Amino acid sequence: MRYVMFVCDNESVGVPMEDADPESWVREMDARGVRLQGMRLRSGGDATTVRVRGDEVLLSDGPFAETKEWIGGLDLIECDNLDEAIEIASKHPSARFGWVEVRPLWEG
Amino acid sequence: MGGVTVEAAVAEAFREEWGRVVATLIRVTGDWDLAEECAQEAFALALERWPRDGVPRRPGAWLTTAARNRAVDRLRRRTKEAAKLQEVATLADDHAPARDDSGVPDDRLRLIFTCCHPALPLEARVALTLRTLTGMTTAEIARAFLVSEPTMAKRLVRAKSKITNAGIPYRVPPAHLLPERTGSVLAVLYLLFNEGYAASAGADLVRRDLCAEAVRLARLLTRLMPDEPEAYGLLALMLLHHSRRAARVDAAGDLVTLEHQDRAKWDRGEIGEGVAVLEAALRRDRPGPYQLQAAIAACHATAPDAAGTDWARITELYRRLARVVPSPVVRLNQAVAVAMADGPEAGLELVDALRDSGELAGYHLLPATRADLLRRLGRRPEAAAAYREALGLASTEAERRYLAERLAGTGEDGPGEP
Repeated sequence: MRYVMFVCDNESVGVPMEDADPESWVREMDARGVRLQGMRLRSGGDATTVRVRGDEVLLSDGPFAETKEWIGGLDLIECDNLDEAIEIASKHPSARFGWVEVRPLWEG
Repeated sequence: MGGVTVEAAVAEAFREEWGRVVATLIRVTGDWDLAEECAQEAFALALERWPRDGVPRRPGAWLTTAARNRAVDRLRRRTKEAAKLQEVATLADDHAPARDDSGVPDDRLRLIFTCCHPALPLEARVALTLRTLTGMTTAEIARAFLVSEPTMAKRLVRAKSKITNAGIPYRVPPAHLLPERTGSVLAVLYLLFNEGYAASAGADLVRRDLCAEAVRLARLLTRLMPDEPEAYGLLALMLLHHSRRAARVDAAGDLVTLEHQDRAKWDRGEIGEGVAVLEAALRRDRPGPYQLQAAIAACHATAPDAAGTDWARITELYRRLARVVPSPVVRLNQAVAVAMADGPEAGLELVDALRDSGELAGYHLLPATRADLLRRLGRRPEAAAAYREALGLASTEAERRYLAERLAGTGEDGPGEP
């Protein structure tokens, strides 16, 4: 099964850089062959939210939800089942300080 | 064979075999709805055939085969499910779990673990366990949990689709996940029991029947997990609580505290079984919260009266329980036991420490317990103040009546100080 992991960081928790660094997690999951793709996002302050209402394109500054936690990265993983996806997600450093949402892909 | 007897045989087979038939069909087809539908049809077929052909020697195997044949028929009609059909038709039981005497593989353990997967919301785990393992209908489960039938149906549908879509595996978890997942299964069964137990003062039979279903499921779990002492602990705990059901409520429908219950009304058979099951569990020497709670319940169940209870042992058991389950409610119960064993002064010291910690703020049993200990120490004005505090926090009418009576008993029941 394929899942997308939304990796969320909590900006209000001051976390030492080395603890939040996902590098060793990335290396481990790449070596296991379960991480198909991953990307890091710029902070929520650089986000622009786009809506169209009627004919008007409405823009707002920032992420769509006003929270102290926002999606800092995405990883596409492939593994046997939800138990394995949970295990992979729970090893991500951000799971300790923020949270990781595991979402199955919509597949045929 | 007469019609009535055959109907009784089908009813018994339903009680005994429903969960097993559904569990096997889910494994074979991977489709929860199809499994339920085919199981239902198999039982309908039994009602039609058994009067004519006689009750089969192994009803479970007969029903599973009938349900499987139905599944093959239905899948054959859906061409795009060809791959699945292949699986069912060539069904090899290589990976089948342990078989019982009748030779039918028992998939119920993987069904229980899947229904109780922690990625499902707790209320859905409870509902799904009842629906798939006991065969209670959606309408019955809805009534038992005091929600409308459409709400319950939605809850079940959502849970089943999450299992499929999110890839919750249909299996008994591997060893490294087993302790945690077993905890989830035990918690679901205990919640089920407590739902029924809380309703035992009420008139709704379906709600009360939850206790019996919970006991049946706990018993099943001990058979499926014979090496798990906590499963036995949970079964023992349920049996020991259940044994007191006839004495818990008086003629007016009020709750009767343990101390004042008519012990002649306790079910001796259930107490005997509960104690035996508990002893078998404790012999494994891996005590956990359910075994400890059952051991406490056993002390009460085997005592001749409140005064003749082994409070020293109960105190010791609570001390151990508080170590495994660090909950302030456990510590409050521990304080009550200490008060019985070593006197109200010693108990009050623990209750006051709890009160100072603020952990149980708003919980009416904290001031109610304090009031009781103060009363026994003859400190009546303080007792009355604590009863008033408890009265302000109690949520049920029965509890308020009980507390008001106690308050009157202090002789200090005039209007409270401003």
